[in-house]
Amino acid sequence: MPALSHVANAAVSGVLTGTVYGLMALGLSAIFGVIRLVNFAHGELMTLAMYVAVVAFQGLALDPFVTMIGAAAVFGALGYALQRGFINRFVGRPEHSQMLLMIALAMILGNALLLGFGPDARNVPTSYQLDSFELGPMLLDKARVYAAGAAVIATSLLAAFFRLTLTGKAIRACADNPIGARVAGLPVAHLYAVTFGLGAASVAVAGCAMVPLIDVTPGLGPGYTLLAFVIVILGGLGSMVGALLGGVVIGVSEALAGVLITPSAKSMVSFGLLVLILLARPQGLMGAARR
Amino acid sequence: MMIGKLIGLPGRRGRRALIAGAAVIALTLPFIASSYVLSVVTLALYLAYVGQAWNVMMGFAGQLSLGHSLYVGLGAYASAGLFFHTGIGPWAGVWLAIAICAGVGAFIGFLAFRLRVSGVQLSLLTVAFAELARIGFDHLEWLGGPGGLFLRVADRSRIDLLGFRGPPAMYYYAILALVGGALGLCTVLLRRRAGYYWRAIREDEVAAASLGIDVFRWKMRAVILSSAMTAIAGVFFAFYYNSLFPEQIFSFGRSIEIVLGPVVGGVGTLVGPIVGAGALVLLGDGTTEVLNRLGFDVPGVKQVVHGLLLLLVTIYMPHGLWPPLARALGFGPRKI
Repeated sequence: MPALSHVANAAVSGVLTGTVYGLMALGLSAIFGVIRLVNFAHGELMTLAMYVAVVAFQGLALDPFVTMIGAAAVFGALGYALQRGFINRFVGRPEHSQMLLMIALAMILGNALLLGFGPDARNVPTSYQLDSFELGPMLLDKARVYAAGAAVIATSLLAAFFRLTLTGKAIRACADNPIGARVAGLPVAHLYAVTFGLGAASVAVAGCAMVPLIDVTPGLGPGYTLLAFVIVILGGLGSMVGALLGGVVIGVSEALAGVLITPSAKSMVSFGLLVLILLARPQGLMGAARR
Repeated sequence: MMIGKLIGLPGRRGRRALIAGAAVIALTLPFIASSYVLSVVTLALYLAYVGQAWNVMMGFAGQLSLGHSLYVGLGAYASAGLFFHTGIGPWAGVWLAIAICAGVGAFIGFLAFRLRVSGVQLSLLTVAFAELARIGFDHLEWLGGPGGLFLRVADRSRIDLLGFRGPPAMYYYAILALVGGALGLCTVLLRRRAGYYWRAIREDEVAAASLGIDVFRWKMRAVILSSAMTAIAGVFFAFYYNSLFPEQIFSFGRSIEIVLGPVVGGVGTLVGPIVGAGALVLLGDGTTEVLNRLGFDVPGVKQVVHGLLLLLVTIYMPHGLWPPLARALGFGPRKI
């Protein structure tokens, strides 16, 4: 049995990582909740953002937390264009057809990264990589604290956008009732594109925030896609609060499983939770029962 | 029909000639093709067979599994583990594999269908079980763990039918027979009650139930048949490739690979999985080979080509390559 402080340390760092997971899943949840699109390319988008951060660091010596701002803007614009120019045409298609479309995009993107950067792992050795904050008996990695901070800021901005702005309210109206929104004259195609843009921007921030914490390889995509799905299902598809909560739950359970069982059993807990939730409460922890 | 006339195929006789020609080429391939071509065709047939098995569940009964690598992996580990530890060969092992996979398929199907998990949630449930198996087998040292399970490589010069060890041609004929068998089985099933019930469920579950179809029972039958058929593919995989790694065989990517053939060829069609697997392997491995000859060794090209093909088919031919091709060749007016 590991020491209590060790376990507490793992739990807190799990909360921090979980916040970033939550932001990543928030993007997936928004895209599903509004567009009803199952974005199987989510993890690949995240990996792309990571490589943007790696290239910016190696080429321009930019810190990932600086790159993050530009990356969010670029991903937002690209996401808007992708949805507006391409994916919108497939909104009426059957669910499995949309899933396959996104899987195709994921395969192309993920393997294009492999072609472009090779299979070797890359990391970003920031100056604060090995530093940590002392909080009583606990040590918190500086990079992890910054990452969580960035995720909290991005999440708050998103929440404020959806709650306070007119566009945000219109998007929520779209999510509640797409036909009603169309009848009321809302520009649904534009709102869908804004939503995908915001989802892509969240994933860009989450990706850049993760870079100082992990080694980046082109094969990370499917793992993150599945992780995002686990979190979103756990929290409730389409629920934003649920996505954040799910992120923290998964972050903590992974960290604790790493300490208490064995590091390689980390994702076993996540997938076990996924199975339980799917069977026992398919609407998720925070989702309202549908139909 | 149109193309048939253009290239001068006289209707039914031409189609018979086409089928006979394909059969002759398929049966004599090991004598006329190089070992490289034979290995590529074997791979294509393997994908056609697992695609056919997956198609029973999704194409016929409309239940989308994105975790079929689970059954390939379980089938492979069941037969390979039995052989590795006791020396009992694949002819007995295949029954163990089928029993395990059908049991696991029944278990997952029972949970999912009783608790009314469907759509995206069902797909994610199948992925979750495959991932759990991947992690589980990584910790199962008795079957090699993450380091892999290796079978003694076959003596390629001697044909040992009883031990299923022999030259590449033997494996080629085995997988060819499996594809033929699966095609025959699916053809029969589609023309019988099962085919009509499954397609009714696929199109509209509520309507099917209101007609008196026991939806739960028929969905269960589809899953069990699909997983049992996939188990045999696992046994083939184990004894053909001789090495098994949990990280590879249970991976999400492998599940997607299984889905690609039938989707590209035509979900729910009989010949679609074969056409799709052929197109994928031809274009994917073809591109890789051409690049290799030109001196480029680029991992990932094959998957990019597969992704592009999937993308183009999803956009422009949502019913897959086979239905329009069948119409052009004049193979019957029916959708299948």
